[in-house]
Amino acid sequence: MRRRSFVVMAGAAAMLPMGARAKPEEVEALVRAITGGAPARPGRVKLDVPELVENGNTVGLTVSLGEDVPKDAVLTDIHVFADGNPRPGVVHFRFGKLAGVPKVATRVRLATSQTVTAVAVFADGSCWTDQVAVLVTWSACLD
Amino acid sequence: MAVKPLLSVPREVKAGVPFEVRILIQHPMETGFRRDAVGGVIARDIIHTFECSVEGEEVFAARLEPAIAANPYLAFSARLERSGTMLLRWVDDHGVEAQERVDIRVV
Repeated sequence: MRRRSFVVMAGAAAMLPMGARAKPEEVEALVRAITGGAPARPGRVKLDVPELVENGNTVGLTVSLGEDVPKDAVLTDIHVFADGNPRPGVVHFRFGKLAGVPKVATRVRLATSQTVTAVAVFADGSCWTDQVAVLVTWSACLD
Repeated sequence: MAVKPLLSVPREVKAGVPFEVRILIQHPMETGFRRDAVGGVIARDIIHTFECSVEGEEVFAARLEPAIAANPYLAFSARLERSGTMLLRWVDDHGVEAQERVDIRVV
């Protein structure tokens, strides 16, 4: 084997997946743990993430509340999950007494094409969800 | 953690009017899923906890996972009725803790 081709192959091997991927059922189980068994209802929370992603290493993600939220509803938490990453959890935001507009932006890694789920928890215990199916053409080097 | 984060916080705000806080922290956010050239797992090193408060009252907190991109960026919102010092604090897997303080005047 020529030295250069060996180096290329070794590099490729280093980036090969270890085979570990979260499953949609894992995300469902995590969501159920938050809601206390009930499925989260679609609505109230809005997940903004591009449907077509070129580079999974850094993907802009914004969670906010929709217009269907009653004025007296108090947001306490937003959880974000990704069912195709090595681990399903992405981030958990907690909103305190001094929180302003219920909107958070960050940047995430997406290992492959997958469904991203946001779950918003309100002070009255109700849980609402939004999902986006994302097509990733160049995956994050998670593995 | 010697590098200062990029932090955007207004020094003067109106009482009860929401304002945006943005922070970009320089950190590799090593996932713990990658392997080096000889096949060894590169140890996980991420910022896992981020907290923002003003005079002990919570504004916002985040629990980050390896799925957060390198050099984590967070933009969130706060609303104050009284002037105070905003404390932003974060901790990584090496136990390295960093914080920033910003005095905010409510006018």
